[in-house]
Amino acid sequence: MKENPLREKPIIRVSHLTTGYGTETIMQDISFNVNPGEIFGILGGSGCGKSTVLKNMIGLTQPFSGEIWIGDKNIVALQGKDRIFFWNQIGVMYQQSALFGSMSLLENIMLPLEEFANLPRGLRLEIAQLKLKMVGLESFGKLMPSELSGGMKKRAAIARAMALDPKILFLDEPSAGLDPITSVDLDYLIKNLSKNLGVTFVIVTHELPSVFEVADRVIVLDKDSKGIIAEGRPIDLKSSEERGFVHRFFNRIAAEETE
Amino acid sequence: MKFLREVLEDLRILREGTHLEVYLPKVLTKENAKDLWEKLEIEKSHPQTSLRFLAEALETVDSSGISCIAHFQRLQKEKGQGFELIGLKEEFQFLFQLATEKRSFESLRRLRLGTNERVGKYTIEKAQAVFDQIVYLGELTVSLFKSLRKPKLIRWKDSFQVAEAMGVNAFPIISLIGFLLGLIMSFQSTIPMRRFGAEIFVANLVGLSLFRELGPLMTAFILSGRSGSAFAAEIGTMKVSEEIDALTTMGLPPVQFLIVPRLIASLIVTPLLTVVFNLFGLLGVALVLYSFGFPFVTFINQVNIAVGANDILGGMLKSLFFGMVIAGMGCYRGLQTTIGAGAVGESTTKAVVSSIIIVSVLDGIFSVSFYYLGV
Repeated sequence: MKENPLREKPIIRVSHLTTGYGTETIMQDISFNVNPGEIFGILGGSGCGKSTVLKNMIGLTQPFSGEIWIGDKNIVALQGKDRIFFWNQIGVMYQQSALFGSMSLLENIMLPLEEFANLPRGLRLEIAQLKLKMVGLESFGKLMPSELSGGMKKRAAIARAMALDPKILFLDEPSAGLDPITSVDLDYLIKNLSKNLGVTFVIVTHELPSVFEVADRVIVLDKDSKGIIAEGRPIDLKSSEERGFVHRFFNRIAAEETE
Repeated sequence: MKFLREVLEDLRILREGTHLEVYLPKVLTKENAKDLWEKLEIEKSHPQTSLRFLAEALETVDSSGISCIAHFQRLQKEKGQGFELIGLKEEFQFLFQLATEKRSFESLRRLRLGTNERVGKYTIEKAQAVFDQIVYLGELTVSLFKSLRKPKLIRWKDSFQVAEAMGVNAFPIISLIGFLLGLIMSFQSTIPMRRFGAEIFVANLVGLSLFRELGPLMTAFILSGRSGSAFAAEIGTMKVSEEIDALTTMGLPPVQFLIVPRLIASLIVTPLLTVVFNLFGLLGVALVLYSFGFPFVTFINQVNIAVGANDILGGMLKSLFFGMVIAGMGCYRGLQTTIGAGAVGESTTKAVVSSIIIVSVLDGIFSVSFYYLGV
C-alpha cells in the first residue's frame, strides 16, 4: 500500500508558488507535495491555471515566485546544462501527443536515446520496441503519427516520454478528446505502469471519472480563490461535503454515475 | 413576405403628451425588431417620455425582440423615466429577466481601449518584440558557433534534406527567373543603346548589375517566398501541436535542433543558387545579343572585361548574409506562432514580409559600404 509508515521524502515539493501568464496572477501562493511512486492528480475547471502550473513544473515557463523542488533540485533556478539534465529525468505527455510528424513511431522514441544515450543503433531499436510493447503498440512501430488514432497517439506519446526511463511522468489531459472506452484503457495502462515500474505520475485533468479511477491523491485548483481548495484521496474528497466547488465538482460525477 | 408586412402593421405607437404607448405586434422577431427599434429611436428626441409596452398581442418573440424591449427599459431607467411592460406572457418572462439582469449588459465602449491605452499597449508590444528578436539572435549565434566548433552537434541529415528541398528543388524556378530577367533587361536596354551604336555595352550593364545586385537580391526574394515561408509554416505547425514544447522538455533546444540545420542549409544553398541565377541571367543576355548579331565569343570577352572577381565575390558575400536572414527570419516567425487557426498563416506572411524588408535594407547597406570600401 502507498500509506506505509516509513513514508519517503516527497519527490516533488512545490512551495509558495505564485504563477500566471502575462501580468495576470492566476494562482497565489500554493504549496503541495507529490510522493514517490504515487499517481497524483491536479484537478480543476478549465481556465483555472492547472496547465500553467504544469508548465512551471516541467520547466517550460517560469513562475512569478516560489520554489519547485524536484528530487533535490529547485528547477526554477536551474540554468543551462543542469536544466537539460533535469529534462532528461522527466517525461512529458502533451495534450495533443506532440509526436514528431516527420518520424515514425520508432524513430520518435529513439530520438531522445540517440541524443542522450551513447548506445549502438541495434540496442536503441530494441529499447524502442520494448517501450512500444509497454503501451501495447509493438506492431505499429513503422507507422507515422498521422496514421494513428487519437488513443494510439496518446499511448505512443507515453512510450516516448518513457524513453529515457524517467522517474516522473507528467501527463497533460490524457483523456482529452478520447472516447470513454479508449480513455478507460488509457487509465488502466497508467495504473499498470505505475504499479509495475514504480514511476511517479502527475496527471493534469478536468476529467473526474478518469482521475477518480487512477489517482492516489489529488489537489483541486480553483479559479476564484486562486488556490488549492481541496487536497486528499479522491474517495475522501467525494464523501466530504465541505466546500461548494469540490462538492459541485464531485457531485457531478455522482450524478453521471447514477445515470 | 406579405404576411410579415401585415404583422408589422400591428405595431402601433401612440403618443399622448409625455406618454408613449407601444402596442407590440403579434410577432416580434429578427425580421421586424429593427422596425420597432428605429421607430422608438426617433421618439427618443422627445424629452420626458414615459414608456409603456403593451404585449397582450405578442405571441412569438425571439432574442432580438426581447433584447429590443430590454434596451429601452434600460434607457428609461438611466434617464429616470417611467417604464411599464404589460401582459408579457409567462413563457417569455425568463428571457426578459435574463436580458434585464444587471450584469448581463456590458457596454461596447468598455471593451475598446482608449487611445492612450492603445498607444501604450502597442509600444510595449513592439518593445517586447525587439527584445525577443535580440534574445533570439543571441541564442541563434551561440548555437551556431557551438555547432561549428563541434560539427557533431549538427543534425546533418536534416541539413541535407532541407538543402535538397530549398536548393535542388528550387533550381527550375531560379533558372527560369534568371534567364527571363537577363533576357528582358538586356532587350530593354539594347533598344536605346542601339541609337548610340553601343549595344555591346549591354553586356557590361546587365552583367555587372546581375553579379553585383540583381542576382543575390532576386535569389533572396525567391527563396524567402519559397523557403522562408516553408520554414515558418513548418515550425509554426510544430509550435501549435506542442512539438516544440516536447523537444524542449526532452532537453533538445529547438534552436539547436531545428533552426541550426535550416540555417546551415540556407547558408550553403543561397550562394549556390545565386550562381545559378547569374549564369542563366547571362545566358539570357547572350541570347539577346546574339539575335542582334554579336557572336558568343564577343559577349563572353566583353563580360570578362566588365565583371571582375570583386564583383562576383561581393555578390556571393551578400547572398551569404541574405541566406542567413531568410532562414533566421522564417524560423523566428515560426517560433513566434501563437495558438489558433490563423496563427500559422499569419506567421508565414510575416516571415516573407520581414525577410524581404531586411534583405532590401541589408542590400542597401552593402551597396553603400562597398562604394566606400572601393570594392
